[in-house]
Amino acid sequence: MDPVLENLGLFASGFLRSLGIAAWGLLGSLVWGTVLAVFRISPVPVLRAFGTFYVTWLRNTPLAIVLFTMAFGIPAVGINASYYVFGVVGLVLYTSAFVCEAVRSGVATVPTGQAEAARSIGLTFSQTLGLIVLPQALRAVVPPVGNVLIAMIKNSAVVGALGVGGDLFSVYNRLTSAQGYAALPVLTGVAIGFLVMTLTASALLALFERRAAVAR
Amino acid sequence: MSEPTAVLFDAPGPRARRRAFIASVVAGLVIAGVVALIVLRLAERGQLDAELWSPLVDPSDEQFDAVWQRIGEGLLVTLRAAFFAVVLSLVIGLALAAARLSLGRVARIPLIGVIELLRGLPVIVSILYVDVLMRALDVYQGSVTTLVIALTLYNSVIISEITRAGILSLPKGQVEAGLAVGLTRGQVMRTIQLPQAVRVMLPAIISQLIVILKDTALASIVLSQIEDLLKIADQLGGFLDNRLQSYFVIGLIYIAINLLLEQLAKLVQRRMSGQGRRRRTRASTAPDAEQQTDTDAADRTTGTRP
Amino acid sequence: MRKTRSAAFAATVTALLTLTACGGDDASTGAEGEVAQPEVDTSATFEAGTTMAEVQEAGTVTIGTKFDQPGFGLADLEGTPAGFDVEVAEYVAAQMGVSPEDIEWVEAPSARREDLIANGDVDMVVATYTINDKRKERITFAGPYYVAGQQIMVNADNTTITGPEDLAANPDVKICSVTGSTPAENIRQYLASPDQLVTFEVYDDCVSAMQNGQVQALTTDNVILTGYVAENEGEFKLVGEQFTEEPYGIGIEKGNTAFCEFINESLTEMAESGAYEEAWTATAGQYEGTEVPELPELDPCA
Repeated sequence: MDPVLENLGLFASGFLRSLGIAAWGLLGSLVWGTVLAVFRISPVPVLRAFGTFYVTWLRNTPLAIVLFTMAFGIPAVGINASYYVFGVVGLVLYTSAFVCEAVRSGVATVPTGQAEAARSIGLTFSQTLGLIVLPQALRAVVPPVGNVLIAMIKNSAVVGALGVGGDLFSVYNRLTSAQGYAALPVLTGVAIGFLVMTLTASALLALFERRAAVAR
Repeated sequence: MSEPTAVLFDAPGPRARRRAFIASVVAGLVIAGVVALIVLRLAERGQLDAELWSPLVDPSDEQFDAVWQRIGEGLLVTLRAAFFAVVLSLVIGLALAAARLSLGRVARIPLIGVIELLRGLPVIVSILYVDVLMRALDVYQGSVTTLVIALTLYNSVIISEITRAGILSLPKGQVEAGLAVGLTRGQVMRTIQLPQAVRVMLPAIISQLIVILKDTALASIVLSQIEDLLKIADQLGGFLDNRLQSYFVIGLIYIAINLLLEQLAKLVQRRMSGQGRRRRTRASTAPDAEQQTDTDAADRTTGTRP
Repeated sequence: MRKTRSAAFAATVTALLTLTACGGDDASTGAEGEVAQPEVDTSATFEAGTTMAEVQEAGTVTIGTKFDQPGFGLADLEGTPAGFDVEVAEYVAAQMGVSPEDIEWVEAPSARREDLIANGDVDMVVATYTINDKRKERITFAGPYYVAGQQIMVNADNTTITGPEDLAANPDVKICSVTGSTPAENIRQYLASPDQLVTFEVYDDCVSAMQNGQVQALTTDNVILTGYVAENEGEFKLVGEQFTEEPYGIGIEKGNTAFCEFINESLTEMAESGAYEEAWTATAGQYEGTEVPELPELDPCA
């Protein structure tokens, strides 16, 4: 494990960078994924169609293609930003399709009587959704959304391959090829870094689930 | 319109319909505007020029045949890797689920440990790990094998988790009845629990298959030797100098395959659930005792049965 | 991204057409011009047990090279590489009685070169492979057979960047290189922050990034940059002096002194016979602005 110990600083900064990508991705996908879910169950046909099209498209495309299209497609329409931003946006666009589906299935678990009761006292669509259905759906939504987000932390490893750099996964290439360290120990260091993130996230999710279950 | 949608808002009256219509028009205009802007910008920068697209889409282009032959080769590699990974993951995943539930409290701790480790690793890291390890142990069998092994390691764990959840969701009476008629625990698992669990979890398993197909694309990022669909897109884009266009076309191919898989899955699922229901009715058990799947519900409402 | 790389484009057409033609012939239609094949030395005798004897006995040799480096090692769609590295490797192989068509080529990307050698997957690696001490801990280098130097390429109208020193003073400028490469490491000391460095898997992506304004500069060995300047007429220019020395060596199994000495002898012979110069002019030397190099002084095989 010498290569890891000798370059602990590099691993630490890579870890933080990956954590940052994952954190922004988490925030973005939760927001945009929920908006998409609302689109998909809204009374406006065009929004429903857009939601369906978006989810079908993004869910069936490999992440690498989504990220590549971000990195080279967005500059091609004349918008320049850092690859870090493109990487995070790509990750959000991709992950939110899955978040959307998880939220939608959560909404389906809320007994129909709830929405009917809400409507019968005169609440509008947005009131029904925002005050009655979504808060109750939250409990059912936590496990699937949590799993989607843990998958996203893992997917953030792919982001580094497309120009972002400095993240945990690119530490591997930097140490092995440029500096000639042996592959196995370096890769093990990278793996441990990701495991710290994903296992912590899993534990947090389990905790959250248990509390949500008690609250029922 | 699916069920949850219908409950969330009233059957629209004239005013609500007008509002929905206006919202539709506004949303439509915004979406159309953004799309138009993108197309315009792309055209301005020459990304829509015929010479960039024609090797990919115009059969009369002299490079068209060669390009699509390469794409075909890449597609074959991708499908082959995905197929083997799917079959192996299913077999090993089911075995793992059965093992985890059959082992004692202490004996299954190492198994759970391995499962958690594999589940927590990014697939891209697993692929690289398998690659490095196989080379170090001198058992390297080529990049496709590496990819299949890595995908199997990860996905068999996921499938075992899905199946385990399915088994746990079964009524306890199933096992008890099995044991009561003199089956061994192994027989109960094989002939009673697993078949039912698979049926319950089929949608989840199918969507995992799509994940496997998409994950094959990760190989081309870390394995230099593999020539899967995405690597072919890389190569074509590099050689024809039309990366954006190549990626677009290859992306459509992935989407098409995945949609086909989804349709296939729905078909299989309808078949299996249809069968299950018939059997249940004959045995005159309580209806709707177990979890109903999406299409199950759809079947009932629309009355389409295979 | 306009018809910038006509040379590469033409090569593609050839490669693709060869493909459709289902070419059973062995004519390698590489991206670079073809040199007269080196004379295969069938009469050489080697001491039993040496790598040379083993290779001669087997009649084949496995060589790792780059597949994406114009001028040095660039593979066509069939995976047959061509370039200066390939010529050098073919010459050495010929000295062991192996003709070019019996060589098994393996792609050796920067990230994997030491592993390929250490695991015994290849007999040697000729892949724009800079000799340095860190790498010497795991493998042995023969050569060097060429000395490159790192330089910077910018858009033709760029006047702010005139050398690596200007990078720190202009923190908005982004510079691109390849993931895990020596040039990417070397440039770090000139940067105001690590965020100024953008890395991709291949140089092609760096060139695209420059063309669409995502990065303003590209840095790597001068010979590679010269290729891009030549292929993208008038778009790019090189600035500043070469600020490093990158002696390219041939990587072999650690401690195989006999093989190292044999390769060095072959290189000397290659230079004396004129094959070295010929190989250069037919490959990397085709780009404007390159000079025919002389074989550098070889390091002793220790």
